[in-house]
Amino acid sequence: MKHIWQSRSGRIGLVIVGTALLIVLVSLVWTPHDPSRVVPADRWLPISRDHWFGTDGAGKDLFSQVLVGARTTLFVVLASVAIAAVIGLVMGIFSALAPRWVGESTVYLIDVLIALPGLVLALVLVAALGGSLWTVSLAIGFGAGVVLARVVKSETHTVLTRDYIVAANASGSSTFRTIGRHIMPNIGPIVIVQLSIIAAFAVLAEAALSYLGLTPVSTPSWGRMLQGLQQSVTVHPWAIVFPGAAVVLATLGFNLLGDGLREAMDPTLRRRTATGVTGPGTTPPSESLPSELTVVRP
Amino acid sequence: MTLFVIRRLGLLVGALFLSSIVIFVLLHLLPGDVARVLGGTEASPERIEALRAELGLDRSFLEQYTDWIGGILHGDFGRSLLNNKSVLDELTSKLTVTAPLVLFSSALAAVVAVPLGFVAAARHRRVDGVALNVASQLGIAVPSFFVGLLLVVVVSVKWDLLPAQGFPTDGWDDPAEALRALALPVITLAISQGAVLFRFVRSAALDVIGQDYMRTARAKGLTRSQALVRHGLRNASVPIVSILGVQIASLIAGVLVIERVFQLPGVGQMLVTDVGTRDLGKVQGTVLLIAVIVLVIGFVVDIVHGLIDPRLRAVG
Amino acid sequence: MTLLEVRDLTIRFAGVTVVDGVSFDVDAGGRLGIIGESGSGKTLSALSVIGLVPEQAEVIGSVRFNGQELIGLADRELSKLRGDRIAMVFQSPLTSLNPLMRVGKQIAEPLRLHQGHSRRQAAAEAVALCARVGLPDPDRAARAFPHQLSGGQRQRVGIAIALACRPALLIADEPTTALDVTVQRDVLQLLDTLIAEEGTALLFITHDISLIAQVARELVVMRNGEIVEQGEVGELISRPRHPYTAQLVDAARATGLDGPAPLSTDRLANRFTTGTARDVVAPIDPHHFRGAGRIDPIEVHG
Repeated sequence: MKHIWQSRSGRIGLVIVGTALLIVLVSLVWTPHDPSRVVPADRWLPISRDHWFGTDGAGKDLFSQVLVGARTTLFVVLASVAIAAVIGLVMGIFSALAPRWVGESTVYLIDVLIALPGLVLALVLVAALGGSLWTVSLAIGFGAGVVLARVVKSETHTVLTRDYIVAANASGSSTFRTIGRHIMPNIGPIVIVQLSIIAAFAVLAEAALSYLGLTPVSTPSWGRMLQGLQQSVTVHPWAIVFPGAAVVLATLGFNLLGDGLREAMDPTLRRRTATGVTGPGTTPPSESLPSELTVVRP
Repeated sequence: MTLFVIRRLGLLVGALFLSSIVIFVLLHLLPGDVARVLGGTEASPERIEALRAELGLDRSFLEQYTDWIGGILHGDFGRSLLNNKSVLDELTSKLTVTAPLVLFSSALAAVVAVPLGFVAAARHRRVDGVALNVASQLGIAVPSFFVGLLLVVVVSVKWDLLPAQGFPTDGWDDPAEALRALALPVITLAISQGAVLFRFVRSAALDVIGQDYMRTARAKGLTRSQALVRHGLRNASVPIVSILGVQIASLIAGVLVIERVFQLPGVGQMLVTDVGTRDLGKVQGTVLLIAVIVLVIGFVVDIVHGLIDPRLRAVG
Repeated sequence: MTLLEVRDLTIRFAGVTVVDGVSFDVDAGGRLGIIGESGSGKTLSALSVIGLVPEQAEVIGSVRFNGQELIGLADRELSKLRGDRIAMVFQSPLTSLNPLMRVGKQIAEPLRLHQGHSRRQAAAEAVALCARVGLPDPDRAARAFPHQLSGGQRQRVGIAIALACRPALLIADEPTTALDVTVQRDVLQLLDTLIAEEGTALLFITHDISLIAQVARELVVMRNGEIVEQGEVGELISRPRHPYTAQLVDAARATGLDGPAPLSTDRLANRFTTGTARDVVAPIDPHHFRGAGRIDPIEVHG
C-alpha cells in the first residue's frame, strides 16, 4: 500500500477510489434529498445551496441521484471483478496445468468467445435472462474473465517452466500446494493489476448498459441518468455533466490505481525511476503496454 | 506461407461453427418462452401451442439448430419472429447506416492516432509527448456516449452546426444530408477509438524504441527518425495490427451506444430493440453476423501478421 | 598519431555520477582494452565515444576523434561519423539485429547510407562481407533472417555491419560474452584478423581479463566509474600496481589466464614485444602453444 502511494498515479487513483467508497458508505445512511422524490414544482433548478447539482425534469435532486448511482456502480464493479477473477483464475490455471491439448483448445474456445463483444454478450444475456444488475455483472465479468484467463494461462505457464517448480514437483508436492505456494504469488501481482483495469472497464460497461436501458428502471445509476437527461438536452444541456463526470472520474480512478499498482509491484520500474538507467539491452517491461490494454493483449 | 494460410482458414471455419453453436445455445437454453410472449398474456394454451408449431419451436434442439445453420449457409439468415420479415433484408438496410459509420470512424481514428502515437513515443520525455499522453488518459476514461452528448450540446444546440439526431429517411438519396447526419457520430466514435489506439501505438513504439536493434541502427549512422522509420515501423506494426483486430470488439460496442445517442437507424439500434421485444430470430441472426465479422477480421489480422513477421510463418 | 582522445569524461544520471573523470587515448591502428565488472562504467564510456549514451544522461568532458570534439556535437553530424568512421559491435547478437529484416539488407545499410552504393551494389558487397566474416554459403546467409542463424553467425553479421565501411575505430562491447565458449574463440580470432588487415583501431570492452590479453596492447582498468590503473597489457598483468587489478588477474589465473584461444608465437610476439626481440612478457600458460617458435620461459608467474 505504501508503494502505491509513492507513485503519482497510484496516489491519485487511491484517492479517487477511496472517496468513491466513502461516498457509497455515506449514501447508505444519508443523502441530502431523497433521490426518487418527485417534486414537480422544483423542476430544473440551478445549482444552489439546497441542490448542489440542481434538479432534473421531475424535480429530483441531482446530487443525491449521483450519490445513489455510485452504489450501483460499485456493486456492479465488485460483482464483475469477482466473477472475472474466479473465471479467469480457474480457467487459466486449469488450462495451464492440464495436458497440452486441453490448454490449446481452451485458448481456442476463448478466442471464439471473444468474437462476441462484451456488450453484445450482455445484450444476449439480457434477452434471455432479463435485465438486472446480476445479469449485467455476469456479462461483464464473464467477458473480462475469459480474457483474463488467457493472460493467467500464459503467465502460469511461464511460472511452471521455471526450474524450482520442476524440482518441487519432483519432490512430490501436491498440485494444490504448488498452486498456492508458487503459482499464486508469482501471478498475483499481474492478476491484481488486470483486475483493476477490469474494474475501470466495468464502470464504463455498466454506464453503457444502463444507458441502453438494460438495467431495471428502478435502479438508479449514472447511465440511466444520462439516458433520462438526454431527452431534454436541447433545453437543459448542462445537467448531463454531473453523471458524466462521475463516470469519468470513477474510470480514471481505477485506471490510475492500476497504474500505481503496476509501478508498485514492479521493482525494476521503481529502480529505474530512481536512477534512470536500465542498462544496455533491457526493455523496461511496464512501459510496454498501457494498463487498460493489457486485458486484451493477444 | 500457403500452409500457414490454410491452417488459419481451418481454424476460422471451426471458430465460425463454434460461435454459431454458442449463440444458439445461449439464446435457446435460457428461460423465457417466446411463444408465450408473442401470444400475449391472454392467449390460450392451444394458441400458444399453435404458435410454437408455427415457429418451429416444438422440434428438437438439434433439428432447430441444423435448420438454422442450413439456412445461413444458403444465405437465409432466418426470419423475424414478430413480423416475419427476412433478417437479411433488415440487416442490409440497416447496414447502409452502420457500415459507413464504422468505416469512417475507424479510418479517422487510425489516420490521426497512429502517426500521433509514433510522435508521442519519439518525444515521450518532452513536454508535448507527455501532454499527449495525459490527454489520451482522459480520452479513454470518458465514455463514448458522454462525448457524444457533449458534442451534441456544443455543436448542435449551442452552435447549431450539425444535426443532433436522426438520419434522413430517404437514406443516401441526398448524400450531403446523410453525411451531415453522420458527422457527429463519426467524430464521437473516432475520438474514443482514437484514444485507445493512440495509447497502444505509443506503447508499441516505445517498446520498439527501447530495443537493441534500434541502437544498432543508430550505430550504423541512422538518425533517430530514420531508425524509427526503417526499423521501428515494421516491428511496431506487429502488435499494432493485433490491436486493430481487437478494436473491432470495442468498436461494435461503441456503435451500439452511439447509434442510440444519435438515434441512427442502424444495426445497433435494431439489435437493442429486438432484445427488448425478445425477437430471437433476429437477435440470433444479427449476433451471428457480428461474430462472423469479428472472426473474419481476426483471420485477416493473422494473415497480415504472417506477412510481416517471418518468424510466425516458420511456426505456422 | 592519436585517433581518439578522451579527457575527464564524466557521466551523470539524475545526479548520480556513474563515470568519473575518465581519460584515455587510442592511437590509429592501436588496441585499447577497457576492463571492469558490471557497473564499472566501461560500457557507458564506450557509448559516449559513439554518442549513444541514453538520453537522460548528462555527459561532460572531452572526446576528440581525429581532433574533432564529439561531445556536444549535433546528432546529425554524429550520425555521419557513426558506421562510417566509428563503428560498434554489441554484446547480444540475438537482440542487436532487426528480427524482421534479412541479414544482407542490414549489412548493406551502412554502405548505402555512407558510401552511396546502389541497392544492387550494396547487396553484392554485403554477400562479399558475409564471406569475409566466415559465414558458410554467403549467398544464402545474406538472404537469411536473424532467427535462422546461430549465435556465432549472428555476431559475425554484427562484425560485418560494423566493418562494412572500413571505419577508423571499432568499438567492441563484450562481443563474445553472450556466445558459447567454443564459438567465442572463433569470433575473437575473426575480429583480430579483420582489424589487423584493415589497420582499424580497436576499443575492446570486457570483464574477462584473459580475453583482453589476446586482443589488446594497452589496458584500462575501471572500477565504480573511475580508472584505477592503465598501461601496457603485459606489464599490468605481470606486475599489477593497484590491488583491484591484482584481484582481477588472480581471479583469471584461477580459471586459466590463457582464455579460450591458443595463440601462435608470432602473433604473441607482435603483441607483447618489449624492447629486445623475442623477450616476450605475456600472460599465458606456456603449455597452450601452437607454432614454430621455441619458448624458453624466462620467468613464469603463477
